[in-house]
Amino acid sequence: MMPSSSGGSWKSSGAGDGGVPDQFPAGLRVLVVDDDPTCLMILEKMLRHCNYEVTKCNRAEVALSFLRENKNGFDVVISDVHMPDMDGFKLLEHIGLEMDLPVIMMSADDSKSVVMKGVTHGACDYLIKPVRIEALRNIWQHVVRKRKHEWKDFEPSASADEQKPPEEPDYSSSANEGHNWKSTKRRKDEEDEAEEKDDSSSLKKPRVVWSVELHQQFVAAVNQLGIDKAVPKKILELMNVPGLTRENVASHLQKYRLYLRRLSGSPLPGGMNAGFMGGPDAGYGSMSSLNGLDLQALAASGQLGQLQPQSLATLQAVALGRSNNSKSAIPVPVIDQRNIFSFENPKSRYSEVQSQHLNNSSNNSSKQINLLPGIPTNMEPKQFVSLQQSGQHSFGSMNHQVLIQMGGQSQTQSQNQVQSNTNAHHGLRQPVLSNDMLTRGGVVDVSTTVYNPVVSVSQASSLVDFSMNHKTDSSGSSYPLGGSLGIPNVRATSSALQGDGNLDTKVSGRRIVPSYDVFNDLNQNREWGLQAVGLTFDQSPHSIQVGLDASSPLLLQHNRSSVSEMGGQNRILASGKVIFSPEVEARTHHNGSNVGQQRNTYVKTESHTDGSFHNTLYSEQYGQDDLLAAIMKQQQQGVGQPENEFGFDGNALDDLPV
Amino acid sequence: MERNQMHTQVANTRKSLFDQGYLDDQFIQLEELQDSSNPNFVEEVVTLYYRDSARFLSNLDQALEKRPLDFSKLDNLMHQFKGSSTSIGAKKVKTECTHFRNYCSARNAEGCKRTFQNVKKEYTTLRKKLEAYFQMSRQVGPVETACQAR
Repeated sequence: MMPSSSGGSWKSSGAGDGGVPDQFPAGLRVLVVDDDPTCLMILEKMLRHCNYEVTKCNRAEVALSFLRENKNGFDVVISDVHMPDMDGFKLLEHIGLEMDLPVIMMSADDSKSVVMKGVTHGACDYLIKPVRIEALRNIWQHVVRKRKHEWKDFEPSASADEQKPPEEPDYSSSANEGHNWKSTKRRKDEEDEAEEKDDSSSLKKPRVVWSVELHQQFVAAVNQLGIDKAVPKKILELMNVPGLTRENVASHLQKYRLYLRRLSGSPLPGGMNAGFMGGPDAGYGSMSSLNGLDLQALAASGQLGQLQPQSLATLQAVALGRSNNSKSAIPVPVIDQRNIFSFENPKSRYSEVQSQHLNNSSNNSSKQINLLPGIPTNMEPKQFVSLQQSGQHSFGSMNHQVLIQMGGQSQTQSQNQVQSNTNAHHGLRQPVLSNDMLTRGGVVDVSTTVYNPVVSVSQASSLVDFSMNHKTDSSGSSYPLGGSLGIPNVRATSSALQGDGNLDTKVSGRRIVPSYDVFNDLNQNREWGLQAVGLTFDQSPHSIQVGLDASSPLLLQHNRSSVSEMGGQNRILASGKVIFSPEVEARTHHNGSNVGQQRNTYVKTESHTDGSFHNTLYSEQYGQDDLLAAIMKQQQQGVGQPENEFGFDGNALDDLPV
Repeated sequence: MERNQMHTQVANTRKSLFDQGYLDDQFIQLEELQDSSNPNFVEEVVTLYYRDSARFLSNLDQALEKRPLDFSKLDNLMHQFKGSSTSIGAKKVKTECTHFRNYCSARNAEGCKRTFQNVKKEYTTLRKKLEAYFQMSRQVGPVETACQAR
């Protein structure tokens, strides 16, 4: 079934300008996934009775592809736990990582263990079947809550200037665009100011993107200290990353611990390793979860083997909760690493695509890209450049993507920009980003700025998808802004770019339509046409540079655990095209001046292939997301570095239950 | 007059289904979802249920033929079937499903087979009753049915 709401964000039907639409939460776009047709039919009817827009799906893979193709097409997902093609929890993870949408699990099984599993995997709620309509009426609260959290994460400290509350109403109540616009403007202005000041320091508190490289540093620091003794302060010191705050580390650590806990708690059968390049069966119970699918997937693709066994081993070890870096402990990983990387190509179709891309792109980095969905891998400059080039202003969307990296990293103003993007990334309103963008001046001309409300890194993955869907336009920036981008940043960018002129126009033109989904912009962006989303890297490498490869790791915010990241990553890699967030692109315009920016943006490989592989990727990978994450890190060494496995954005996972 | 009688009959039939425990509150939820835009919603759902759940029953039949019995598979199949049955409010069917699952956990092959027969019996009985009920309801008109819903 095709998603019903292709139109994009949920806008309150009557709202026009003002504030919370009367009909709220009417029009909430729900995706229901259940293999039982009877239940599906009933749920659909119930949801329609709640005045929600419903799309039903009886297969998890199809649901994922819906979600990937319409990054911004849904507000909430309801999924059954027991499904034949994919475990509901896996789907949950994928969604969380890639799209960061609230997911509600449901099952006839009300045993505590299953409900607990839902909680640990990040489900917003758990409904016991038979589901009553009353239970469904209130699901909108999860959407609002999530947006609020993201918003907060986005700029916790931010600049006092903006502060958010004005934004909030946007998404929660689908404020009219006027409202949004205003907020955005305000934010931008404030940001601009802040930007100026922080310019060099960066971190305005943009969302920290935990790139693979960064995460590796983090893991190394944690290992060095010992998982038990690792405290944020010390980790921070060891990492010595400028611009990284203790809070970022603390929040990332929290997520990491959660991740480890999950790994050790639910080991996958060790036999899975077998699939891995045929490497020896890891045999470790806990590791198996990591190795399991990922390895297989990796083995399958056999490509990207960039992971360094050691790092992988290390990661695994860490995952297992061992502080030591005993590589020996993880025999499989070593091999797997390669596989893991290739994980991206796990599935036949995917792998083909990937290999192609990878080969074509000849960037290792591309491979790495996105092991974790949404995690921008450090694309090689070339790619990046092309992105920019093409950018037309699709950068706008790109901007979203940019997960603002840690301020410290990118040295140039791009950082600011990026940061703002990051914020946007969170799905915050763009304003945050925009400000940055503006400051950047000249930045990208994100005329297209399609904002994809990318809430989290997961969005990144969506980007990838996006690119896939959209072929790059001539301008090259066929950045699939369309809903899928879901990168809020993008939006911001556009607004930010106001200075640019292009953006402004676009942005304002866009008029933020109030949508349930904060990322209304996305929708708007879509209208603009994904311009050249497909960042074509073919463009001469110029400024883009790199930022990707640059020291500043692309920070991908990954809200969820690695799983989704992996999935997303794969996709990205497959495409081989890196989609740089608009910012990056914008930067390119400036050639070189923005280079710094690029860092921020994360490169999303654009997968030109059909989205089909996405699905594949995900299903397989998810089991291994953790592993994937690990691999990604490894990859970093070799390749462009997929974004960190966890992809957590320092703030993003704050609300994860530890 | 006749029509009124029919209405009454329909109402009584419906009531008896509840009283005798064939249907539970979930069925009422379905009735509440029925409206003018979808006047035969309940019947459609029930039809879909019977059509779709048939495969579970045949799979269960096959699985029960195997030796030795794969209890976890049986449990899995029954879990899905039970979920479906619950969603339409098939109360007796659901009860028998629960018994079946209990026997599965206890790895009691005899118990499983026995309760499975009960499941099938209740399943078939309910189908007949609902078919008759729907037919009767259609004759009196959807509006009536909707009224009776509550």
